[in-house]
Amino acid sequence: MSGAATTSDTGAGTSGKERRERPSTFALILNNRLAAAGLAVLGLIVLAAVAAPILPLADPNATDPANRLAPLLSEGHLLGTDALGRDMLSRLVWGTRVSLVVGFSASLIAALFGSAIGLVAGYAGGRSDQILMRLIDLMMAFPYILLALAIVAILGPGLVNALYAIAIVNVPFFARNIRGITVGLARREFVDAARLSGKGPLTILWSDMLPNVLPTIVITLSTTVGWMILETAGLSFLGLGAQPPQADLGSMLGDGRKVMFTAPTISLVPGLMIFLIVMSINLLGDGIRDALDPRLRSGALARPSFRTKVAKGRRMPGEDVEGADLPADAGGGVHPPLPAGNSPARGEIDGSGTSAAADLPPCGGDARQGRGGLPGTNTSSQTATPVLAVRGLETEFHMGSEVYHASNGVDLTIRPGECLGLVGESGSGKSVTAMSLMGLVPSPPGVIAGGRVGFKGEDLADAPDKRIRALRGGAVSHVFQDPLATLHPLFSVGDQIVEAIRAHQPLFKRAAETKARELLDLVRIPNAAQRMKALPHELSGGLRQRVSIAMALANDPELIIADEPTTALDVTVQAEVLRLLDTLRRERDTAVLFITHDFGVVSEIADRVAVMYAGRIVETGATDEILTDPAHPYTRMLIDCVPVMGEPERRLDAVPGRPPAANRLPPGCAFADRCPRVEADCRKGEIGLEDERGSLAARCLHPLAPGEALAGGPIPDGAGSGRPSGREVSP
Amino acid sequence: MSETGPLMEIRDLARSFGGGRTIFGTKKPQLTAVRGVSLDLTKGETLGIVGESGCGKSTLARMLVGLDRPTRGAIRLDGEDLSASGTQALARRVQYVFQDPVSSLNPRQTIRAILEAPMRHLLGLGKDQRKARLETLIEDVNLRPEFLDRYPHEFSGGQAQRIGIARALAAEPDVVVLDEPVSALDVSVQAQVLNLLDRLKRDRGLTYVFISHDLAVVESVATRVAVMYFGEIVETAPARDLFRAPLHPYTDLLIRSAPVPNRKRQATSGDSGELPDPYDPPPGCPFAPRCPRAEADCREAMPPLEPRDRGGAHRAACFHPLAD
Repeated sequence: MSGAATTSDTGAGTSGKERRERPSTFALILNNRLAAAGLAVLGLIVLAAVAAPILPLADPNATDPANRLAPLLSEGHLLGTDALGRDMLSRLVWGTRVSLVVGFSASLIAALFGSAIGLVAGYAGGRSDQILMRLIDLMMAFPYILLALAIVAILGPGLVNALYAIAIVNVPFFARNIRGITVGLARREFVDAARLSGKGPLTILWSDMLPNVLPTIVITLSTTVGWMILETAGLSFLGLGAQPPQADLGSMLGDGRKVMFTAPTISLVPGLMIFLIVMSINLLGDGIRDALDPRLRSGALARPSFRTKVAKGRRMPGEDVEGADLPADAGGGVHPPLPAGNSPARGEIDGSGTSAAADLPPCGGDARQGRGGLPGTNTSSQTATPVLAVRGLETEFHMGSEVYHASNGVDLTIRPGECLGLVGESGSGKSVTAMSLMGLVPSPPGVIAGGRVGFKGEDLADAPDKRIRALRGGAVSHVFQDPLATLHPLFSVGDQIVEAIRAHQPLFKRAAETKARELLDLVRIPNAAQRMKALPHELSGGLRQRVSIAMALANDPELIIADEPTTALDVTVQAEVLRLLDTLRRERDTAVLFITHDFGVVSEIADRVAVMYAGRIVETGATDEILTDPAHPYTRMLIDCVPVMGEPERRLDAVPGRPPAANRLPPGCAFADRCPRVEADCRKGEIGLEDERGSLAARCLHPLAPGEALAGGPIPDGAGSGRPSGREVSP
Repeated sequence: MSETGPLMEIRDLARSFGGGRTIFGTKKPQLTAVRGVSLDLTKGETLGIVGESGCGKSTLARMLVGLDRPTRGAIRLDGEDLSASGTQALARRVQYVFQDPVSSLNPRQTIRAILEAPMRHLLGLGKDQRKARLETLIEDVNLRPEFLDRYPHEFSGGQAQRIGIARALAAEPDVVVLDEPVSALDVSVQAQVLNLLDRLKRDRGLTYVFISHDLAVVESVATRVAVMYFGEIVETAPARDLFRAPLHPYTDLLIRSAPVPNRKRQATSGDSGELPDPYDPPPGCPFAPRCPRAEADCREAMPPLEPRDRGGAHRAACFHPLAD
């Protein structure tokens, strides 16, 4: 470990590429005004200290008793002279130089040894870790100044010895910080991969661990340097550091103390300098930490607001009052497009629509009857008022100067007791859409830029915070993918359900507990009374997800938003959870928005399916129709590229290419570049979600006819007709 | 092809965690993740290992490549026992592809550095040889050579997984253990990786151990399948036989549970999905508490894994196997 400096070069080079898309680390630091000020002040001080030998300064050690204790701004002595008549300005610059050198060297030495100990302890683990860290603990058990004093007492006073003392005292700080990071990294898969590549432990430490730990070392360093300079000054002040006549900020302070009442400036000047140095280093250090720390970098500092910001004057779909529009649109389970030519106009009809949406009339039955004759699915719920009617929802992420259109004009309609499956690949915007409904997209950077979220006739994007708070977990509840992450790890599941109940219902604790137990029974958790006391980690994945479902049901919701609720579960457990969810929503007439990427799961639970691509719904219709004969080529390809049980011989064709970047969506069809049926007109202008055959509506100019295969693709036959396959297994 | 001896023999492989005593003499709880697995791997086959979380399939995979040391048992490659010789010895012949492609690549190394490491440390190749091989390797996994000087975060999941596969192949192994290689990928790119694996296997004469919880994927790639439950293999058979007519009720449950487009599921089966307590395993068959066919003898002794009148290749650990 001969040079932290050399490795930091490679580290910087490494992250250099990373910075191409994001603002560079340096720009981030400069953006932080306080850090920039710190950098400026520190820069000036360091410049002065470095330039000390060439500056026209008096000899700092030349005494002139005749001129002692000259005041500030006196002739030839800008900052006056001290008790021995030495020039204060000169001593200040030279003293700063000494203090900075000692402070920085001590920090580097501490960083070098501390990081080495931390790396070894964290990577080796087990007994070596125990022994090393207990030794470090031992060092930390002494008050640091006492330890430093003891070390100096043993080594004898002097600047270099003070430097050692301060370095040693700060080793534990680095060791513990670095060990913490290393322990986490050592369990990462890329370390396993390095072992599999035949690397030995030392090589792994050097080439795999160190570059990843380096940002932490830099952060720790930047936040400790100031502290170390203070400690150097402290030791010198006590007469254990710099020895007379050498100037150093601490010893200057000590000298000034003796004449504090006759000439306060002599202690004030070095005191102020210490203050400036430490202040500027700390400001800069905080700036560096904020810029380098991945957690802070990803926006942990920007506390997300209570709900997603709704853009003022957001774009509204359609000019008409949507009381008549909402239920009509939803008629028959078809997603009718916004009126043709509407989308381009969307930008113009802002403002006026906002106020109109605020007093939406409830979705009445009369309006619905107006379009009762639409072809529809056969569910009885079709006649009911939709619970959820989302129109033209646009959610954007504003990062720097880029705008990412995560959800780009989405329409969704769900009726009581109905389950809508929202299908798409990662990045298609399905989760953002679902999170936008209750304003759960973190803001910044998320903004609802357009559309309305009609919940039983009320536009949730306009609803006051209080209303949203009452609805969340009440009439609208969520089930997320990973129950271990969404359940609080320190409270029993019973307490958490009780809390969910009492947040919305004026029940006494006892009554809420009874209800919680009933809920656990309802989701078929065996031995519910006992499981109430269990902590989330004590339950299996399936049981945990059942608890989440119980919590979602706690306040008799009218809409459950389930975001990949079974993706993290085993197949047998998934099957049970799906059955449970299906039974419950039918029994309780609850609407479900079910997000998944798995067509198998969709076919089991959803009545209707909406397929999302690049922030838009590209196809929607009844589940079995979509699964057997989709109209949109993307849907067809998405279904065909997944192996299906019982059809091992079918050739799998990956969807070529990648989805377009959400900040650079092409005009026309976003799928055009990957589509085998693409033609020139696909790339021009807005393509509406048009009615196709049956219940299907697709956003495609050249949709597939029933049973039609994609050009060049396999015949998508449910029975897996015997086409020559590339993956034929030889017997 | 079965005339020659098996390429890899796994004998009674077991792995326990914990156990022993604390310094105060109290017993530490012991958990057995893999409890005696024996398997033969024939050259050129794809052995699919299916099972649910906690069944020990990942621990088994890690032992096969030497990332974890077995508590008991032997791994023999061409008759040579390598189970005790650690990662290096095994890594030359057996390589591993991780589930999460992005986290298995060091974020601060270029693809070149990642792919060169096995060539340098396992094969001891010089700089020029490495350079030539790198270019063919990266093209073999359908990536462009200019990608070599980029960093992992610049790649999509599918590309990163192809780099992970290239890393495994860089050491020119005989056997590749694929631990859920496509589960972290988007459905639209899964096929890409599966087709690539299929081609590489044929081109390079590889043998795969393909671990997955997704039965549809295993059915489409595996020639032979082993089903694991609670640290043991409960059924093994040629892939088609197993999926057509399973012997073990657990296999049957797995197959019936897999979601299939356009297949409606029958009403609830009331299956709890609960595994036995691994710290206090019950005697007998661990599936018995969930099994609809369990009888008294199931709860007394663990049934051995043996042929149950469907030919020697189809073996199941069940006293009361399903009829054809």
